[in-house]
Amino acid sequence: MIEFRGVTKRFPDGTVAVDHLDLTVEAGGITVFVGPSGCGKTTSLRMINRMIEPTEGTVLVDGRDVASVDAAELRRGIGYVIQQAGLFPHRTILDNIATVPLLLGWSKGKARSRARELMEIVGLAPELAGRYPAQLSGGQQQRVGVARALAADPPILLMDEPFSAVDPVVRESLQDELLRLQAELGKTIVFVTHDIDEAIKLGDKVAVLRVGGVLAQYDEPGQLLARPVDDFVDNFVGRDRGYRGLGFLSSDAIPIGELRTVTLGEPMPDGDDWVLVVDAERHPQGWLNGAERNGARTVAAEHLVPGGSLYDVGSGSLRSALDAALSSPAGIGVAVDGEGRVAGSITADDVLRALDDVRRDVAAA
Amino acid sequence: MVWEWIPRNVGLIAELLGEHLMLSLVPVVIGVVVAVPLGWLANRSPGARAVLVPASGLLYTIPSLALFVVLPGILGTQVRSPINVIVALAIYTVALLVRTIADALAAVPAVVVAAATAMGFKPARRFVSVELPLAVPVLVAGLRVATVANISLVSVGALIGIGGLGGLFTDGYQRNIPSEIITGIALIVLLALICDALLLALGRIATPWERATREAARSSA
Repeated sequence: MIEFRGVTKRFPDGTVAVDHLDLTVEAGGITVFVGPSGCGKTTSLRMINRMIEPTEGTVLVDGRDVASVDAAELRRGIGYVIQQAGLFPHRTILDNIATVPLLLGWSKGKARSRARELMEIVGLAPELAGRYPAQLSGGQQQRVGVARALAADPPILLMDEPFSAVDPVVRESLQDELLRLQAELGKTIVFVTHDIDEAIKLGDKVAVLRVGGVLAQYDEPGQLLARPVDDFVDNFVGRDRGYRGLGFLSSDAIPIGELRTVTLGEPMPDGDDWVLVVDAERHPQGWLNGAERNGARTVAAEHLVPGGSLYDVGSGSLRSALDAALSSPAGIGVAVDGEGRVAGSITADDVLRALDDVRRDVAAA
Repeated sequence: MVWEWIPRNVGLIAELLGEHLMLSLVPVVIGVVVAVPLGWLANRSPGARAVLVPASGLLYTIPSLALFVVLPGILGTQVRSPINVIVALAIYTVALLVRTIADALAAVPAVVVAAATAMGFKPARRFVSVELPLAVPVLVAGLRVATVANISLVSVGALIGIGGLGGLFTDGYQRNIPSEIITGIALIVLLALICDALLLALGRIATPWERATREAARSSA
């Protein structure tokens, strides 16, 4: 657990980067500090490992004032992933990852075998071990940065805009990877970003900071979308927050309806309605528009209209359910089970009714 | 050019060559040892930089012969002591390297230094294992200039009687032996070229990541 108690940081030129911050970061979750530039998010992060000292107030890690611990010792026990990876250009990938174990006095052999282990954990091919950072892609370098931070197995991981310098596709895969890693490792992660979507995707809790280092709202991402405390947060959270907020609401209450299906190669069904085409294992293949079958006798691939997104009954949210309904050419969303087999249908009306129920439950509670 | 002059005087040539090497390379070593902490200081504090960099630049403008003549008075050495030449050339080396090292250290990416701090490097260890190695390519470039300059400057010492191969100029001039003068010039140029090539090679060996970085930059360009 990390606690900020009345923390203020004023720089020598008079700028106030952080203003009376009181905040508790729970152990074992991802807490995101998000805000525009100049909101003191990185300054706050760096006060945890004493890269920056507060002007007033105290920062406690597991109840201990960080100011009472030797700075270098403290930092060796807290993983740090920096912007643009910040790898040591003169050291091989393996030695970059082994940095903190070596500082802690591990033998070279032990540190390197731990580094190899981490390369596997973060998904780096073993043949990269002897390369230098410049020989890796941006995404690979960022993985090395994460591996280096995890090398000595610290309970806390600080991540300072780690994915800001990579392209959106790579960023998304790094984010997914981080969530997967976190599910395994259960670290206490403090993550700094200026990207609200990244904050909402990754955070168990999100602290929105405004310029001048004032905490605007500290909440779970679903709450942030549903109930921004003021116009600043509302604006910062951005467009479509109602729709994005559905991503945090459970879809358990949505009834799954019947869905008319036909298997590829079977005789054409009657009627002018839309029919879902499936393969032998009941995986959806596309839609058949009954009004446009043009006298064909059996259902073939050429008759298919591409389907929309699929709604996974087991792990879905209201957002994925609504999107399935809205993106389907037939206006009927396809619900699938964990193996991707058709489970039934959902409609936008079902989703909106379920949303009403959730709202009523919240109001009652 | 009388070629026979060379085999007849091979003992003298070898002796002067050794002296020349010693007089030019010992100051380089001393210069590095002095300039690295000064460069570190200049990089760390703008105030120190404002003093050190112009001051070292000024040192370089002192004429070498003047320095050779003045130093015995300051150091209390004999007029013909090699220490005068060594100290003078060490001063030039420092003058050349302080700025080079300060700039090289300033060019180490801030994010790399911050990462090292965040990993738990203490300042001294961070300097030795991160900042200094990354400054090596620029440092080597400075060393090559200083070394070649020293090899050339040593010969000026011949005017006060301690100039390594420069002794061949003064002696050849006084006794009118052009072959001796030509041999001296050729050997000094050769020595400078060989030392420069050696430093270049050593620098490459010491910085294997530089090649990797260059190749990566080329393939992405």
